[in-house]
Amino acid sequence: MNRRNFLKGATTLSVGASLLPLAQLIPQAAKAATNETAVVVFGGTINSLDIHRSGTNRDSYQVAINCYDRLVSFGTKQTADGSLSYDFSNVQPELAESWETSEDGTVMTFKIREGATFWDGKPVTAHDVKWSLDRAVSLGGFPTVQMKAGRLESPDQFTAIDDRTFQITLPFPSKLALPDLATPIPIIINSEVAKAHATENDPWATEYLHRNPAGSGAYKVLRWNAGEQLVYERNEDWACGPLPGYQRVMLREVPAQSTRRALIERGSVSASQNIPNKDAKELAAKPGVKVVSTPIENCIYSLCTNLDFEPFKDKRVRQAVAWSIPYEKIFEQAAYGQGVPMWGGGEQVTSIAWPQKSPYSQNLEKARALMAQTAYKDGFEVPLSFNLSVADWAEPTALLIQQGLAEIGIKANIEKIPGANWRTVALVEKKLPLHLENFGGWLNTPDYYFFWSYIKGNLFNSYNYDNPEMAKLIDDTLDMAVSHPDYAPNVTRMIEIAFEDIPRIPLWQPTLNVAFKEGVEGYEYWFHRQMDIRPLKPA
Amino acid sequence: MTLGVKSKRVLTRLLQAVPTVFGILVVCFILTRALPGDPAAYFAGDMADAASIEQVRQNLGLDDPMPVQFVTYVSDLVQGDLGTAISTGQPVTVELAKRLPASLELTLGALLLALVVAVPLGVLAATRPNSWVDHLCRFLVTAGVSLPTFFTGLALLYVFYYLLGWAPPPMGRLDMMFLPPESVTGFYTIDSLIAGDWALFKAALAQMALPLITLALFTLAPIARMTRAAMLQTLASDYVRTARAAGLSSSRVLVTYAFRNALLPVITTLGMVFSFVLGANVLVEKVFAWPGIGSFAVEALVVSDYAAVQGFVLSMALLFVTLNLLIDVTYTLIDPRVGED
Repeated sequence: MNRRNFLKGATTLSVGASLLPLAQLIPQAAKAATNETAVVVFGGTINSLDIHRSGTNRDSYQVAINCYDRLVSFGTKQTADGSLSYDFSNVQPELAESWETSEDGTVMTFKIREGATFWDGKPVTAHDVKWSLDRAVSLGGFPTVQMKAGRLESPDQFTAIDDRTFQITLPFPSKLALPDLATPIPIIINSEVAKAHATENDPWATEYLHRNPAGSGAYKVLRWNAGEQLVYERNEDWACGPLPGYQRVMLREVPAQSTRRALIERGSVSASQNIPNKDAKELAAKPGVKVVSTPIENCIYSLCTNLDFEPFKDKRVRQAVAWSIPYEKIFEQAAYGQGVPMWGGGEQVTSIAWPQKSPYSQNLEKARALMAQTAYKDGFEVPLSFNLSVADWAEPTALLIQQGLAEIGIKANIEKIPGANWRTVALVEKKLPLHLENFGGWLNTPDYYFFWSYIKGNLFNSYNYDNPEMAKLIDDTLDMAVSHPDYAPNVTRMIEIAFEDIPRIPLWQPTLNVAFKEGVEGYEYWFHRQMDIRPLKPA
Repeated sequence: MTLGVKSKRVLTRLLQAVPTVFGILVVCFILTRALPGDPAAYFAGDMADAASIEQVRQNLGLDDPMPVQFVTYVSDLVQGDLGTAISTGQPVTVELAKRLPASLELTLGALLLALVVAVPLGVLAATRPNSWVDHLCRFLVTAGVSLPTFFTGLALLYVFYYLLGWAPPPMGRLDMMFLPPESVTGFYTIDSLIAGDWALFKAALAQMALPLITLALFTLAPIARMTRAAMLQTLASDYVRTARAAGLSSSRVLVTYAFRNALLPVITTLGMVFSFVLGANVLVEKVFAWPGIGSFAVEALVVSDYAAVQGFVLSMALLFVTLNLLIDVTYTLIDPRVGED
């Protein structure tokens, strides 16, 4: 056997199918990336199978969606370009086949689906739901914060009336409660399995569930080699939705972006998750590859001006900055035209859609005129910071902003901050005078976005913005039903204030780009930006 | 008598390693804490507020004062517990046990490949100065040191996987449909041979081919240079001239007299080269999605994952202390000059 044949033989996926050990384990695994098996590559790493565990990273959130059921889920809608997205305004049954809300809006009663069973065959009961939601509000950290957003804060609020009836009591009616139950956090866990592995120090079985999911969802985890791969296997008895199209999905970690690109271009894998804008643009033009780019809901790449920094206390300076940015160039050179422009809107706020275009665009005369009115007409120096982990868009953006600012006498010195440090200095300590930021909330209402980013002290208000009128509006509106007569006027006013005071200057709404091999269909965008593999199917 | 002196020296050398290791422990502990970034804030997740960050800090034991953290760390260490790497969610000992063999397999394989190519090349270049072999040697050496490993890796990948399709998809140590062999050494190639599974051996080797060549190209430069230089020196020495004058066959002169003597500095170089390769591994591991220890350590560093970084530094320190010990002890035992006072 010569070297060439040897290498070829070892490469061809079908060779030696009869000899393969994995073939014994999963019989149809003769070929990777076929009608039975999809192979997805991504750049991150899955560090836990339990979304409630402290330290669980974003890449791991998908396990919650793919392996567990929640009481409710979101429906599907078609976006403007024909791609599919989850639909925030359409809450659908998942584990709960129906639900009722009391007259005053504070008591929600869910009927658990008949015939829903966990992977081990045990029926899913209201007691499992109670245990799981108790866990989410009790473990602390991120799950507890997210539950609180839907006004779900304490185990006292959850009652298992009988095996199939589950009740939630809210302190006051809130429009956020139901959609919050559809986020990846309130997953329903097999409480008997979990309790069997709980210990005195670990009453919520975090160590066990970290490695061993125990759910009733569409997929089970067949293998998990942290740092290498995760293999999903379809749950043939899934009761809460149509059976997924792929029997098996292999998720491979490939850290180098160029390698991932080579893999999808060669057709070795079915999908490459979360690819950069440049690749999205170039791959879309290649035969055999399909790129789906979906605008990330209510996420805006923005330039933030910190009000703790003396010059930015003056509203006119912030407005001058907003008028000085070369938006078009940034969109071309940093976003490669992928996304939705967030500048150059009308002067009046006429819609409550969020995000929407700000009234600003590059107008250096206006910017200079504004600067001339302030105490900083001779300009000033300021560091312009960005997170090194998102350098692919932030670096070119920062350079172009630097040029724009130079035109109005502001000398911006670019400062790159490593990822681990970013959260601390930008969001927790909030001490970066001028920085690029990209918050997008999970619950897609404008008031929820404003809650996180325009109230003093809240995490994504990294610019210390404080306005009593805005705070009051948010407080009044956050739980208000969208159909309430005050809702639209309140939100309109919030947007007006946000644009007038402009502590956060919107640049563009980014997209989540996923590349597929021809023949993979059904991909649906989700707000947690991970692959929901359930609707994927071979053509 | 000399044996007594020698074993005493070996013993002293062994004891000297103890403070080194402890020193590394302390320095590494302090340095990881001096890293910018707050792991609690990072691992608390996307929407974490101050309270939940504090909670994560407590869970991770980061709210204790530094000396307490150090004592906890050392006492855990004594029990063989290196803590949990939050970036991958696994115990650090498990990660190291799994990833160190992956990196070593690559490193040692590359060293072996480099030796097989570089030593004969160096010898030939030395015996035929300024011939085409010598020029080839010079070319390879220059290419090897001037091309960064990630570039060589990407270039090989582009040609042999992307364009020609000869190499398997660069997705780690094994193709997707194979299961790793029963772990004996942790080296997939050796373990698959032990298990007698030829298909698996081939698959593992095919997956290794490109990263191995990448690293070997980088490694062969110093080895070839050193072999050539050492050979030139020994060939010009008095004893080789004497041997030639005595009428010994040229192959005998070359192998027995010149080459054996030239090998000593080459072996010294190997120890040094080993550490270079282990370092160069990091980028190669990234490009080929190789689940080795280098890419693990870099990721851990980026997110201030203390336990993982400490575990990595400690294992590397132990590895190099052992390697140095081994070299020193071998020298002590072999070199006739040691022991003469």
